[in-house]
Amino acid sequence: MWGTGRSPGDPAVPTGGPARAPVLHRVRDWLSAFVFTVPALTLFGLLVLVPMGYAGYISFFNWGGFGSLTDAVGFDNYTRLFKDPVFLGDLWRGGLLIGLSVVLQLPFALAVAVLLNQKLRGRAVYRMLFFAPYILSEVITGVLFGMIFAPGDGLADKVLDAVGLGGLGGDWFAGRDTVLPTLFLVMTWKYFGFHMMLYLAGLQGIPAVLHEAARIDGAGSWQRFRHITLPLLAPTLRISVFLSVIYAIQLFDMVWVTTAGGPDHASETMAVSMVQYGFKRFQMGYASAISVVMFLISLVFALAYQRFVLRRDTEGAVTTMRANR
Amino acid sequence: MSAPTAGRARVRRNSEPAVPKSVRRRRRLRTLPVYAVLWLIGVFMVTPLLYALVSGFKSTKQLSGNTFGLPSPWVTSNYTSLLGSSDFWRSLGSSAVIAVAATVLTVATAALAAFALARFAFRGREVVFTLFTMGLMFPFAVAILPLFILLRTFGLLDNPWGVILPEAAFGLPVTIIILRGFFREIPGELEEAATLDGCSRFGFFWRILLPLARPALGTVSVLAIVSSWNQFLLPLLVFSEPTWWTIPVGIQQFQGQYAADVARIFAYLVLAMVPALAFYAVAERQLIGGITLGATKG
Repeated sequence: MWGTGRSPGDPAVPTGGPARAPVLHRVRDWLSAFVFTVPALTLFGLLVLVPMGYAGYISFFNWGGFGSLTDAVGFDNYTRLFKDPVFLGDLWRGGLLIGLSVVLQLPFALAVAVLLNQKLRGRAVYRMLFFAPYILSEVITGVLFGMIFAPGDGLADKVLDAVGLGGLGGDWFAGRDTVLPTLFLVMTWKYFGFHMMLYLAGLQGIPAVLHEAARIDGAGSWQRFRHITLPLLAPTLRISVFLSVIYAIQLFDMVWVTTAGGPDHASETMAVSMVQYGFKRFQMGYASAISVVMFLISLVFALAYQRFVLRRDTEGAVTTMRANR
Repeated sequence: MSAPTAGRARVRRNSEPAVPKSVRRRRRLRTLPVYAVLWLIGVFMVTPLLYALVSGFKSTKQLSGNTFGLPSPWVTSNYTSLLGSSDFWRSLGSSAVIAVAATVLTVATAALAAFALARFAFRGREVVFTLFTMGLMFPFAVAILPLFILLRTFGLLDNPWGVILPEAAFGLPVTIIILRGFFREIPGELEEAATLDGCSRFGFFWRILLPLARPALGTVSVLAIVSSWNQFLLPLLVFSEPTWWTIPVGIQQFQGQYAADVARIFAYLVLAMVPALAFYAVAERQLIGGITLGATKG
């Protein structure tokens, strides 16, 4: 409604009198800050904070999702949670996926990033290609790999058969023991390029002179990686670990379209359990307790990580950010 | 991104004859394993996508008999029947409408808030900012259940706003963080000068700050579009009628409907990938800039 003309060359509006008193100034500041932030705060409060609080409230009831909340059960939903083998399994599987990511996926992404940080022909193409799956939705990825890993008829089994390794394949998403590794493989296909991009941005912030100086002093490439690249990349690495963990806590889409948590809960995650209990079995109170625990796990993890792991990075992170510009 | 790199590569190649031939050969020999590794990874990345593309041109019977070969004959009916179906286009349209609306809403409200949080001094500013940054850590899945109940209470189920509003709300944290960082770097002298010339706060925001922040606005818009386009859980729960099904929901339903006709599903997947990959080709720089910024600042 106010200025529709974007051009900065618009004729100036007449100035608004002499300087105002500081108190009035502060009130005006506060008021305009309020006006500017209120749309975002309303949206955020109503659709993020209120639901979060409401979940906490529902979690103390036995509720099917319809009618009023009358059957208060105290902490029953929570005590049930920690006796529920499915939920405890969710925690274990989540931890396993995080462990696999940190031990396999992220080091792999780092190795590729280091390779692509060299002067190579076509490296822009490789970067673009490796990152591309990140843009695809998890649903597309999940359905695609569900068909590629179809037991017997899928591409994966056909390829293994063709090279005489048919014994290796077979179950993939359908086997209790193979479903998590298969899921992890697909996650890596989709997400290693994302972490690679983060690392590449971090690597470009490391001054080349450091490597040159070390080379002149006779340091080998492993030594240079170990004593220059790794320490200077540490802030980026810590953030990428953080993102992996948060991702694993809320993992849903890919599991839902490939296995819906099966076979026999072998790939179920917390978010999948929550949807199963809440929207399939209409145990909204219990499902809310799951989401509250998910929230608490994320919160505690995020605060602890910030406090103990990221805090010492603040200075380093700021310098790399500046260098990236 | 690719243009300057290509230019640099050409310059290097032109200057190369100065290097002795033997050195060049040794260098190439040393980088050979590197190329081999990259090629191998590239094959793993591309094969699933190419396989889907080619399989879409086969009949399902061909697919199991002739997995690796090219289709013979090439079957185009999988693709053409989808392109001729109103369901596919409707899903595409819903995804686009929802993504654009959620992005506009997120970026507009976040820009206003980020402006205040970056350039006003007021009590409680850091508290408000911390509140928003904490939103970054809340997994979307955590709030979905009460959100669903809330939307039901307000009659927003099977209504596009039931997806647009929550998506906009959950997009706020990363948008505010990136925009605030950008707004902070614009020198205060500029604002003083504008104020002296009689510019109101909103005038400064609208006429000076926003035009200057165009790159940052592009970045956050791209992030918001991608996350809305790929959102699955929310539209899955909100839309029980197919009218507003987005592409991810459409794929899942289509897969259930044609479970036995694998080739058709491949064709659907490929058609669903096209807009995303095309968008990536256009907005690559903003997207990658956005994720690195979001990660380093969050």
